[in-house]
Amino acid sequence: MSSESALSEKATPRESANTPYEAIIGMEVHAELLTNSKLFCGCSAEFGGEPNTRCCPVCLGLPGALPVINERAVEFVLKAALALNCQISRDTYFHRKNYFYPDLPKAYQVSQYGDSAIGIYGWIEIDGENGGSKKIGIRRVHLEEDTGKLIHATGTTSEVDYNRSSVPLMEIVTEHHPRPGFDQIKTAGEARDYITKLRAILTYLGVCDGKMEEGSLRCEPNISVRPVGSEDYGTKTEIKNLNSFRAVSRGVEYEVERQIDVLRNGGRIVQETRRWDEESATTASMRSKEMEQEYRYFPEPDLLPFHFDDEQIEQLRASLPEMPLARRQRFVDMGVSETDAETLIEDKAVSEFFDAAVSHAVDVRTVTNWVLGDFMKLLNQHGVPINQSKVTPGALAELIGLIEDKTISGKLAKGVFEEMFNSGKSPREIVEASGQTQISDTDFIREEIVRILSEPRNQPQLQKYLAGNDKVLGFFVGQTMQATSGRANPQIVNELLKEEMEKLR
Amino acid sequence: MSFKYDGFMTAAEASKALASREVSSRELTQATLERIAAVDSKVKSFLKIIEDQALSQADRFDANPQSFPGGLAGVPGALKDNICMRGIETTCGSLILEGWQPPYDAGVVTQIQDSGSVVIGKTNLDEFAMGSSTENSAYFTTCNPWNTRHVPGGSSGGSAAAVAAGEVFWALGSDTGGSIRQPAAYCGVVGLKPTYGRVSRYGVIAYASSLDQIGPLTRTVEDAALVMNMISAHDPKDSTSYPEAPPDYTKSLKRDVSGFTIGIPREFFGQGIADPVAQAVMDSATVLERSGARLIDVSTPNVGYGLPCYYILAPAEASSNLARYDGVRYGMRVEAGDHAEMFRQTRERGFGAEVKQRIVIGTYVLSAGYYDAFYLKAQQVRTLLSRDFEQVFSQCDLLITPTVPTTAFAIGEHIDDPFQMKLSDVCTSPVNLAGLPAMSVPCGFSDGLPIGMQLIAPAFAEERIFQAAYTFEQATDYHKARPSI
Amino acid sequence: MKLTVEEVTAVANLACLALEEDEKERLTGHLNQILEHFAELQKLDTSDVEPTDRVLPMVNVYRADEVKPSLPREEILAAGPLTNYEAFIVPRVVDSSDGKSA
Repeated sequence: MSSESALSEKATPRESANTPYEAIIGMEVHAELLTNSKLFCGCSAEFGGEPNTRCCPVCLGLPGALPVINERAVEFVLKAALALNCQISRDTYFHRKNYFYPDLPKAYQVSQYGDSAIGIYGWIEIDGENGGSKKIGIRRVHLEEDTGKLIHATGTTSEVDYNRSSVPLMEIVTEHHPRPGFDQIKTAGEARDYITKLRAILTYLGVCDGKMEEGSLRCEPNISVRPVGSEDYGTKTEIKNLNSFRAVSRGVEYEVERQIDVLRNGGRIVQETRRWDEESATTASMRSKEMEQEYRYFPEPDLLPFHFDDEQIEQLRASLPEMPLARRQRFVDMGVSETDAETLIEDKAVSEFFDAAVSHAVDVRTVTNWVLGDFMKLLNQHGVPINQSKVTPGALAELIGLIEDKTISGKLAKGVFEEMFNSGKSPREIVEASGQTQISDTDFIREEIVRILSEPRNQPQLQKYLAGNDKVLGFFVGQTMQATSGRANPQIVNELLKEEMEKLR
Repeated sequence: MSFKYDGFMTAAEASKALASREVSSRELTQATLERIAAVDSKVKSFLKIIEDQALSQADRFDANPQSFPGGLAGVPGALKDNICMRGIETTCGSLILEGWQPPYDAGVVTQIQDSGSVVIGKTNLDEFAMGSSTENSAYFTTCNPWNTRHVPGGSSGGSAAAVAAGEVFWALGSDTGGSIRQPAAYCGVVGLKPTYGRVSRYGVIAYASSLDQIGPLTRTVEDAALVMNMISAHDPKDSTSYPEAPPDYTKSLKRDVSGFTIGIPREFFGQGIADPVAQAVMDSATVLERSGARLIDVSTPNVGYGLPCYYILAPAEASSNLARYDGVRYGMRVEAGDHAEMFRQTRERGFGAEVKQRIVIGTYVLSAGYYDAFYLKAQQVRTLLSRDFEQVFSQCDLLITPTVPTTAFAIGEHIDDPFQMKLSDVCTSPVNLAGLPAMSVPCGFSDGLPIGMQLIAPAFAEERIFQAAYTFEQATDYHKARPSI
Repeated sequence: MKLTVEEVTAVANLACLALEEDEKERLTGHLNQILEHFAELQKLDTSDVEPTDRVLPMVNVYRADEVKPSLPREEILAAGPLTNYEAFIVPRVVDSSDGKSA
């Protein structure tokens, strides 16, 4: 909602070409909630579907139809508000936000205005650009319904699909004027970290799948710049169409620089919405906000108010799962490096995989290396989320076990892992089927060595060794490896060869 | 057909005749259709008759009468045309919905069908239930059966006229500021606006969501109790539906009013109330006193603010409720080059003058800068009004007031005087603002036109209203009077 | 406080109503008449009075998060003034904003 944030602009004074500027970045995030059904009716809330096949009188806004609130959607917002350290509005309600648009079937969106938000005044901890952590103030966390979708089909017409109409949406907005002790986002890197941290929290809670590409997590930063040291705020622009973390940081970075450029060249910033274009890596004006919409908010009479009591709040608070920062700390305490722990916790499923693998009593660092190394590479290559991969935490632990007990070499293990990834077979099964097990059986290796040393064609080399030429040892190692199809443990081969040849001295 | 129907048998009598197999539901339905054919050209109550569907509902009852015990099973009635019935054109009296067939049933329609009753058609109303005469219907004006040069009242004028003219045994109306009680008074029938939340609003095309309530229009108090038994229920599809099971309202008819204290709020008898109306209501109070009630004078000081309060809040909600008519998903559409112009032209052509006026008022009072002065102020006055009622109900069980200040006005009389027409809601709209139940009961005539008295009870105390209204009806003959249509 | 025709036109625009010129004049007259009656309310001191949005003393009315069948698409589109058997058709929407979070 931009109505409130639009209030406080002042003209930015013209500055000289060298004035250092700083950016103030506000974040407005919409998260589609992972409920089964829509916010006010029983239609499926799942992503996709043929156009207009997930609609009923309620979500189409047919005359006479009435909404009934999905209890789980409310619970999800309460959980998110608690996890984001918000105060819970104990007695609150829905508003109607009135505006006309073809994708808005009732011509009002059921939403929550201002302090009627379920959660207000929270914060989220991010990693500051200059090291250390920053607490970014959150103004509100509220529940509302999504709109339908316009498909721009032909030259003269657009199609309307109401499948998304009334899917529950949570809006999370940062504070424009943070309270004492709280910070604002000031760089593109911080903006990216904010959305990364927020996504992690929401996915840990299981309230949103966090898919920016599918639009289930939408981030619309608003940006203004001002000379460093100034207390005034510059004119804001809002960026839409940021469909990945990368787009968030690139888009914000571009827009900050664009604004500084405009000001340095004596121009002025127009309050507007700008669209990020991934191809050209630029933002372009979509529409001016000079004509501020008048939404005529009023309490939604078709729905009764909420009342949340202490007991319910405390029960929910107690039921919150481990949050990303706590998990990061736990991983660090287990011996994972700060950087690796941060990467592990970004994706809830990755951190859960790690936890499960480590529970099989294998080395923490080895697991970290596998998960963040070969495994992550393959997952990215194939575009598979970790929890849909054929590799189970148990299988990875087993593979590591085979390396640790020297059944296979680390080098062989890479190939085995790739096959585990492709086929889903257990590492032992793969190793056995391909006969790749490393031979560490000293009796077997010794037998081979004795045989090789006694072969007449090898006598000249043996004599050279006995005469003091140590380099010949390599020749016998090669012979032994050849005889065992490369499976003998080279270290053992070395040791046994020396032993046996010394005996012949 | 052996069955003789004069149009004025009560629904309770029809129910008994069905139970004793004197008559079948098909015969009752056919008799009703014949009566409509005979008189509706004069009264013009109906926007649509659904003969085939009505007869098949009647046959469904006749095939298995024992599975629909008692009540209004098999007894034909009508619905105000703002109540959705699957597959049946529902216009809400507006061009913008002409031809629209809802793909679903209203909560009350489901109740009616489950009880085995029969719906014979959809009745006329002021467009989107905004009006007091049916003159705002986009289709035609209904006439008062007692004098066809006069209005039947509104907005449920079609339902009131149909019942008064003996076209149906019962009808449903909706009441936002008096739209059941006012036409009931004008047409000399019984009309009840139940407590907000008692009857499902699901499938009722909204005018003002925090005020709208469906209720019965019938020729007797007993019939109203039968309709209430049929339609009152908790509906999980309406969040504002009251969860507690309703009582059997016919049981209240067996109790008298001895021990009741009935309050006479003096503010309801003030300026603008015609003498014959005030007199008839005071006489009715005396009838109740003779039946054992105690009368006391009470005061509801803020009730005079009810009307402006109502005319701020109802249009505010309406401006939002009626925003959905944009030509995209249903109803009328005027093509234009871009979507915004299509919306504007569709709404300009699809809505009538009164509807547009109320949308503009409602938009105005909600807009920035005026919200506090109008909308919020009215919500605060609403609180004061509710407190007035709370306060008087600590002294008495029921209130008795006029339903409307005058008898039915002539067609066209107030058409250019918007506030004069709206004054007819002065006694009824405060009741909606407080969410209370109230009934208009016929209690006299003036110049051949009926007068109604209003009985108001605390929330969910409809039973008291039934007790007093039935006692009054038993002691008087007004309900037996018939228009010579 | 009298409304002008321009003000009424602006409000009508907010309400998406394209009023005819004579309609604007007539409506302005009616509105000013009605606003006079509204002024009555200003006589009351309501500074300490809570507003009433809803009369029912009920809170937390919810439904369980269960999927119920949607309407068949043919039935939904049958009511549409212009459809292509999959979607409702509107004149091309020029403003590229999607209204979301607008």
